[in-house]
Amino acid sequence: MKGHLRRFLAAGAMAALTGLTLAACGSSGGGKPITIGISLSLSGDFSADGQAFQRGYQLWESYVNSHGGILGRKVKLEILSDASSPTQVDTNYTKLITLNKVDLVFGPFSTLLTVPASKVVNRYGYAFVEGAGGAPAAFANGLHNIFDVSLPVADYMVPFVNWIKSLPASQRPKTAAYPTSNDPFTEPVIEKARSLLQAAGIKTVYDQVFPAEDTDYAPIAQNVASTHADIVVLGSVDVPTVSAFMQAFEQDHFNPKAIVAAAGPDQGAAFVSAVGAANTDGMMVPGGWSGTYDNAESKAMVKMYIAKYGGTPAGVNADVAEAYSVGQVVQQAIDHNQSLSNAKIIKYLHSGVILNTVQGQVQFNSQGENGKAVGFIFQWQGTTGTKFSQVLPKSDPSSVSIVYPKPNWGS
Amino acid sequence: MTSLYQGLIDGVLTGAVYALMAAGLTLIFGVMDIINIAQGVFVVLAAYLSYVLAAHFGIDLFVGILITMPALFLLGIAVEWTFIRRLPVQNRTTMSILVTYAVAIIVEGVLSVVFGVNYIQLHGWYITRSIHLLGFYLPYIYVFGCAMAVFLMGAIYLLLYQTRFGRSIRASLQNRTAARLVGINVDRVATLTFGIGVAVTAAGGMVFGATTAFNPNSGYDLISRLLAIVILGGLGSMAGAMAAAISMLVIEDVVAAMWSPLWSEVVFFAALVLVLTLRPQGLFGRSFTRAQ
Repeated sequence: MKGHLRRFLAAGAMAALTGLTLAACGSSGGGKPITIGISLSLSGDFSADGQAFQRGYQLWESYVNSHGGILGRKVKLEILSDASSPTQVDTNYTKLITLNKVDLVFGPFSTLLTVPASKVVNRYGYAFVEGAGGAPAAFANGLHNIFDVSLPVADYMVPFVNWIKSLPASQRPKTAAYPTSNDPFTEPVIEKARSLLQAAGIKTVYDQVFPAEDTDYAPIAQNVASTHADIVVLGSVDVPTVSAFMQAFEQDHFNPKAIVAAAGPDQGAAFVSAVGAANTDGMMVPGGWSGTYDNAESKAMVKMYIAKYGGTPAGVNADVAEAYSVGQVVQQAIDHNQSLSNAKIIKYLHSGVILNTVQGQVQFNSQGENGKAVGFIFQWQGTTGTKFSQVLPKSDPSSVSIVYPKPNWGS
Repeated sequence: MTSLYQGLIDGVLTGAVYALMAAGLTLIFGVMDIINIAQGVFVVLAAYLSYVLAAHFGIDLFVGILITMPALFLLGIAVEWTFIRRLPVQNRTTMSILVTYAVAIIVEGVLSVVFGVNYIQLHGWYITRSIHLLGFYLPYIYVFGCAMAVFLMGAIYLLLYQTRFGRSIRASLQNRTAARLVGINVDRVATLTFGIGVAVTAAGGMVFGATTAFNPNSGYDLISRLLAIVILGGLGSMAGAMAAAISMLVIEDVVAAMWSPLWSEVVFFAALVLVLTLRPQGLFGRSFTRAQ
């Protein structure tokens, strides 16, 4: 009898508690968090970038939530791992939208995953703001819902090319090599650089595409070394690619006057750790942001990042800022509309409005590319692996003197 | 012509190292009918162990192999005892793919938690320096790696053909039931073979980590190449693994140098299909089906 009474009382208490909870939820609809679905490459080939993106998104989330949220509601990220797979990214966004019924979605890492993801997201009428799908392939489908907050990649090397063209004849390189991986991100970058440099009279001595998933880059790098090109414009997608080329160049005593890599050297401490601090001196990479970027919002974010994860400003991966900028853009659109409506967000972002992010200003053109983004060239300087400086364009007041020609390996 | 010679030299030097990584895979299949999908992750694990010994204890990468090899041997025995031994005999090979894939995911997960996913690379004076010989630069790391591969492959050969244990392995490889009937403890042989197969990846993993920036996920790109090597060489054949690895790397490197890097893998896989059409058992494989 006592047992029955206890169970009866317990059930009554549970019912009362549940009722109170439901009543509390019902009486404060504004308390329900805004859910944002994201697919990220937390494992697989892009895991280093994917996890840096995760940090950027989470940093933005904690900043927003510590400042009152959006529309008075907290933000909650729902992150699924796509294992760097274009197939899985499809599945993840479908699940996030149809099953999890998230309010908004943010983009994944890389053009390779952004392209299939944007089609799925477009199907459900969601705005698709992303930070790492800036290659032409991401905009080739003519979708109205895609917005890239970062620098369009085709223009990545333009400051470098302009600088080469500005050099006096005695210093200007005469030959260039263009090894590039077959990736939708790298090929447009290298193609444009090559056509511009060729037009400027720089002779192409090597121009080959190699498989992105190759594990043995040494023979390709040795072929490049055998050309004795004055400069190397490398279409690398990640740290292993650029690191393998650097190692083979050093083994072959090949010291080009300049090496600029499409990606890899922008990965901060991860790049330094892989190639060794002594070899970073003079390595260049294009981009729209670095941890030392002279921008108040950027400095605040870098401070937050270091407080949470440690390190130095130079060691902060550019992916962090790209992800953080996505959140900032969407937040400004919601604040303006005072609504979570995806249709209103899309309309607002297409209105030509200028928004502010840690990467600088953002204004989307009709395709969704950031027309306000400014391209820079950054360079590792010195042999400590702690100085990552903006060096181009020279006209920008934040640019410091460029190290040219590049010092010999390990010197 | 210089490019051709350079491609040949690169192919032989790097091929020997790949042979070392594939040797364990082919040995394990030959004796146990186990397709060890985790071999790529074990290579990466070996690279991380070398990294820990070098970065935290100042132990030279080659000397460190004396520690990493026994460590991986014990790991191999533990994996065999925990997972492989329990597989049903009737669909052992198929199930081994799933089980070793699970092992790979577990190891990868542990590495991700311990080391994170940022790329790292091993460092040592011999990694960036090279010998200049007859107009070619031969990186010390590949020369030393090749020498080590030849030495270790030779040691495995001696183990297989000059020792009593080797005879047990070969007997198990040819006919497990008959081996059991003549008093060979086939289960014990299988356990030790799995341990040896995983242990030899210690050396290959060190060279892999010295020549490639890696993170816990790097094993997946590797496993497809290693499987291609053991299939071309003939499942279970050590000599085949060596011949196939060198063939693969020479073909890829020469095609990359003379034609285009984009075609290097295509040409290799076309050659693989051709060889398997003419010799389904691979270059050095057995043409009979093993009796259980």
